[in-house]
Amino acid sequence: MKILATYNIKGGVGKTATAVNLGYLAARDGYRVLLWDLDPQGAASFLFRIKPRVKGGGKALIRGRRAIDDAIKGTDYDRLDLLPADFTYRNLDLVLDAAKQPARRLASLLAPLRAEYDAIVLDCPPSISLLSESVLHAADLLLVPLIPTTLSVRTLDQLTNFVAGFNGHRPVILAFFSMIDRRKRLHLQIAQDLPAQRSDIAATAIPALSIIEQMSVNRAPVTAFAPRSVAARQYRALWQEARARAALGEPSRATG
Amino acid sequence: MPFGSREFVLSEVAGAGSDVLQVLADTASDGLGWANGSAAHTRRRTWLDTFDWLLHRAGLTLEQVASGGRVELVLTGRNGEVLATEQPPAGRRLSWPRLVSELPDGPLRARLQPVAGVRALLPVARAVSKVGELHAVNSDAKTVARLAVDRMAVTFPAKATAPARLTVAPVRGYQSQADKVGRVIAAMPGVRADNGSLLEAALAAVGRQVGDLPGKPTGVHLTSSMPAATAMAAILTALLDVIEANVPGTVKDIDTEFLHDLRVAVRWTRSALKLCGSALPAGLASAYRPEFRWLGDLTTPARDLDVYLLGYPGMAAGLVGAAEGDLIPFREQLERSRADAQRRLTAGLRSARFGRLRIGWRAALADVRPARRRPTVGQLADARITAAHRQALRTGGHITASSPAQSLHDLRKRCKELRYLVEMFGSLHDPRQRSQAVRELKALQDCLGEFQDAEVQRNEIRAFAGQMLEQHTAPAETLLAMGEIAASMAQRQIMARAQFEGRFADFAGPASQARLAALARTAAG
Repeated sequence: MKILATYNIKGGVGKTATAVNLGYLAARDGYRVLLWDLDPQGAASFLFRIKPRVKGGGKALIRGRRAIDDAIKGTDYDRLDLLPADFTYRNLDLVLDAAKQPARRLASLLAPLRAEYDAIVLDCPPSISLLSESVLHAADLLLVPLIPTTLSVRTLDQLTNFVAGFNGHRPVILAFFSMIDRRKRLHLQIAQDLPAQRSDIAATAIPALSIIEQMSVNRAPVTAFAPRSVAARQYRALWQEARARAALGEPSRATG
Repeated sequence: MPFGSREFVLSEVAGAGSDVLQVLADTASDGLGWANGSAAHTRRRTWLDTFDWLLHRAGLTLEQVASGGRVELVLTGRNGEVLATEQPPAGRRLSWPRLVSELPDGPLRARLQPVAGVRALLPVARAVSKVGELHAVNSDAKTVARLAVDRMAVTFPAKATAPARLTVAPVRGYQSQADKVGRVIAAMPGVRADNGSLLEAALAAVGRQVGDLPGKPTGVHLTSSMPAATAMAAILTALLDVIEANVPGTVKDIDTEFLHDLRVAVRWTRSALKLCGSALPAGLASAYRPEFRWLGDLTTPARDLDVYLLGYPGMAAGLVGAAEGDLIPFREQLERSRADAQRRLTAGLRSARFGRLRIGWRAALADVRPARRRPTVGQLADARITAAHRQALRTGGHITASSPAQSLHDLRKRCKELRYLVEMFGSLHDPRQRSQAVRELKALQDCLGEFQDAEVQRNEIRAFAGQMLEQHTAPAETLLAMGEIAASMAQRQIMARAQFEGRFADFAGPASQARLAALARTAAG
């Protein structure tokens, strides 16, 4: 099982769209996937038409009082399950702070799901917090959407340095340019030049397209409702890069 | 069938097919709506089990499902929960029968191996279904349950159309809504809830049942007052059923256990004729005893080589002085000999002599009528078990540390006869007493079997060595490795012999004697 996380300190950069589409594509390829919507805003849950509610809230999940199993919902797509958001997730930092080894709590919570899923996708809220630190420790691959600006690249370097300081397990970082505005020369220039110079930036970029915004109208991944669109094509290419970087093997045979 | 699913059988009234989905789609239900599922499609299923239903007996169901260009092997548990899946290489349907060891390495094989062992997986049913789907959705248009109507045409073991079935499978986390859908469906006219599996439905359509086996001699129900001749005819007919059921698998060489089971049924038949043949009409047992002896002898060489080959990995792994590779010419020799023995066996089982034996024996058994001065089966069982028990005690009692191997072999045969009698007349006994007696007998038999198998194999390996030397097919290192195996067999014999005294003392002890005497008495009624 591999854990993939979409992470950026900034909001509105395409984390949820990436998590939702990559989760869907992984399941369509035959992997058994769980997407955990960690953002209390519950956008991923909304996109899969699942109520953002977990009995007992985030506290019960993190403290292990309620089995994650009970909270998981099946999406409308084969092999893709969702652990919904809950508004109480806004307090997850406090709950984690009270837990033993808070930075590693998420990893230990997810470990029992190894037999059931080939991949877990964590859709993180925008922040730097104990929760994000716990996500960084749990993840095998960190997918970092970047708006192509100089400041974004600087933030990526900060993140890379932070992760490099971890003892033991460190996630592989794969940044990619997101929400590229083709009318902006700077966007195009950075998105074209940097992937060739840096191995931690994916060759695939996701343009800013209205069809991606239509996901919230259709309440489905763009890769599902418009599989021939440019957006879907780009997400498929990004998935191939992510899959290779996460060293996710062939879809496994299920075991109970 | 996903966990938590509900199954319904649809009668003609309900539309017996996809129409029922249309009826449902037009049904208004509080808080529930309907959405189209994937387009109607064809699903081909092959259910697999071993010949003796080992998977079913372990609560497992294995099916190969082909649909929409995708092929999958799916293993489910008692409640329909998926335990393991496997996609065959290149998305092709696998051909059957095949041994579990021939499946792709993975979780499915790992689950099946300890259950099926050396038995091959073979189709127990095949069906082609037309599947129509409908989704039940909640107020957010989220699918909460998937409904599928399966119109199944069974193509194996016979052709038949099964009643249409409707499955309501909950989406994970939406069980209560799926239950609500189930209640809506249960209230429809012409719909009947059904807890059976699809495999059960497929077999029921052709008049069969899951777990169907050819007659087992231990399954023949006897009462102690039944005429002995009638009882023996029933037991021997059941044994003939087993023999005949195992012939095709033996001829096709599907797995080693067909031959094994065939041989066991022949041995039982021979013992029954020898020990209880007097209960049959005069001359019948003596006419057929040579024929069953011929049949037994026909099967011996192939089985002996099977035992060798089944034990080969263990023998090779147990080498201390020689390398595993040194034994390869020996294995090749075994395989060549096995192929020759199989050819001779197949010819024998296809011969007119065997045909006459089967047909004549069945007809003769069907003609058996109780004699005027008839013993009951209870009296027969009592007398024969008592005599066989005495005989075993006498034979074993004469064995000393210096007795030849043949004397242990003779005792083994007496013990086998006693055990066959106990099991053959099993339905006359108290089940607990019988199990305990069989357990004690088995402990002694295992020890004697270990001794005798090692003796036979040690002699055979010497014969093989001579033969291979003559044919120049055995390099020196192979002969040395074979010598090491012969030595380890001698060691096994020594250990078995050392155990013998204790095992026989248990068998001959007062508790065991009293148990067998009680068995004989209860048989007499």
